[in-house]
Amino acid sequence: MPAEIPADSVGLVIPQTVTFSAPLELECGRDLPGYTLTYETYGTLNAQRSNAILLCHALSGDHHAAGYHSKDDRKPGWWEHLLGPGKAMDTERFFFICANFIGSCKGSTGPASINPETGTPWGLDFPMVTVRDWVKTQADLADHLGIAQWAAVVGGSLGGMQVMQWTMDYPERLRHAVVIAAASKLTAQNIAFNEVCRQAIMTDPDFHGGRYYAHATKPRRGLSLARMIGHITYLSDDAMRTKFGRDTRGGKAFSFGFDVDFEVESYLRYQGSSFVERFDANSYLYITKALDYFDPANAFGGNLAEAFASTQAGFLVISFSSDWRFSPERSREIVQALYTCNQDVSYAEIEAEHGHDSFLMPIPQYVAVLSAYLGRVAEEMGV
Amino acid sequence: MTLRKDLAIIADWITPQSRILDLGCGEGELLAYLRTEKGVQGYGVEIEEARVVAAIRRGIPVIQQDLDRGLRNFADHSVDTVVLSLTLQASTYPRELLLEMLRVGREVIVTFPNMGHWHARWQLGVLGRMPMTDVLPHTWYDTPNIHLCTIRDFESLCRNSGIVIHQRVVLNDHRRETWRNRLLPNLFGEVALYRCALGAR
Repeated sequence: MPAEIPADSVGLVIPQTVTFSAPLELECGRDLPGYTLTYETYGTLNAQRSNAILLCHALSGDHHAAGYHSKDDRKPGWWEHLLGPGKAMDTERFFFICANFIGSCKGSTGPASINPETGTPWGLDFPMVTVRDWVKTQADLADHLGIAQWAAVVGGSLGGMQVMQWTMDYPERLRHAVVIAAASKLTAQNIAFNEVCRQAIMTDPDFHGGRYYAHATKPRRGLSLARMIGHITYLSDDAMRTKFGRDTRGGKAFSFGFDVDFEVESYLRYQGSSFVERFDANSYLYITKALDYFDPANAFGGNLAEAFASTQAGFLVISFSSDWRFSPERSREIVQALYTCNQDVSYAEIEAEHGHDSFLMPIPQYVAVLSAYLGRVAEEMGV
Repeated sequence: MTLRKDLAIIADWITPQSRILDLGCGEGELLAYLRTEKGVQGYGVEIEEARVVAAIRRGIPVIQQDLDRGLRNFADHSVDTVVLSLTLQASTYPRELLLEMLRVGREVIVTFPNMGHWHARWQLGVLGRMPMTDVLPHTWYDTPNIHLCTIRDFESLCRNSGIVIHQRVVLNDHRRETWRNRLLPNLFGEVALYRCALGAR
């Protein structure tokens, strides 16, 4: 944490947990015998409970969207640039909630949690969870907090998929939906990347069929490789060129060996190995599968407009020009479907060089669009 | 809420409760008016960043899109009226855009600055300079307006493309309709407003 908390940061935050003991019926047909959600909140819920905004996180994200957990934290939450007092997502007007989804490994129930039937970690016995299941658990959380209707549900990437699912499954429970750098379904290329990541993990000799917890090890190489692949796809060609070029580490001459020569190699290895310390490999498998399965139009013969037909929210869809993992074209499909079924939708295509990761950055036009939209929502809610 | 005269005429032509698309919607003034005063459901299309933000701030659904890349994302006859206000002259493919608009809407409303206006003719014909007027305030080397036309040019395009003109209003440089504009529209009209549809084929 910086020596002093910046005025536009939410500052120190304390994660909270809630446990639901009733079995959760999952889309895959299995039940989860109760579950825990870890979440954080920022800002103050007003007396009418009308200023609540749900934030949905992405693959490797968690409930820690802004602020710091302790003075020793090196980095703030993942949406620090956009969330805080006076920021695009203004904690002086709204009450934000971000919950870690189940299947993840950041405090909510997941494959590393203890299976009550066996007393050992679930591993790959953990049931498959989907975007739809996550939305169901978030609705349970809303009930628990006494929030009948969200002023908005906001999410980027996989978070944007949850936002769309919310509008379909609980149309009357949100007034606005902000879908950022998302897609209504993954392309074959996107699923292919996920499969390579999963194979990297599952073929690691330390994977032990997902029971690596019992062997006091983890598939480090596999998970690290998965993260390296993911990282390449989240950045754009231009962003990598700008950031690393062909610079060698420390400006040294080529080693003519297979150790790190280039800065980009060093960066990727660092990203991979640090990810291993903070993420569970099984969770990576489950979450990428949830991404692959997401396709709300499937139940409507592939017609996305029909999937959106009964939604009631106002939509804001945002994409980034250099994002090739969730390209603007995918966002345009969402917009087209919403237009076709007469829903209110605004769409902004932000010029940005950071690829998919742009949705985490304070790009001025992105900030302006988000501020304008949420400012409008605030007026509508009288906050 | 008061509208600029040319926008007020457009607003008059729009059927209450209808569904419209406003291409090059700017900051969404027309749509804001139509939504509150006429119960119109409408979307704006705009490319310029600051205008997109302004329209969103106004609560107008706006889709950021380059009109030069076509309207493929809007289905056939998906709206009642497509509006193109003072934007035709800035498009790369004006004829294609018009035909696309007529595919998407049953009816289109098009307005443009008339290059046949005496003031423009004076500047080009007598002074020998590229015309600059209050609707065309740009210098020739720094203008978004790349396809300027006169009232006669536009009407000839309509005739040749099977587009039927249902209504026309021509405003003078004070944005008023006068007897002179009616008598000699191509000479005294500064802004021309048309309501068109595809003719029976």
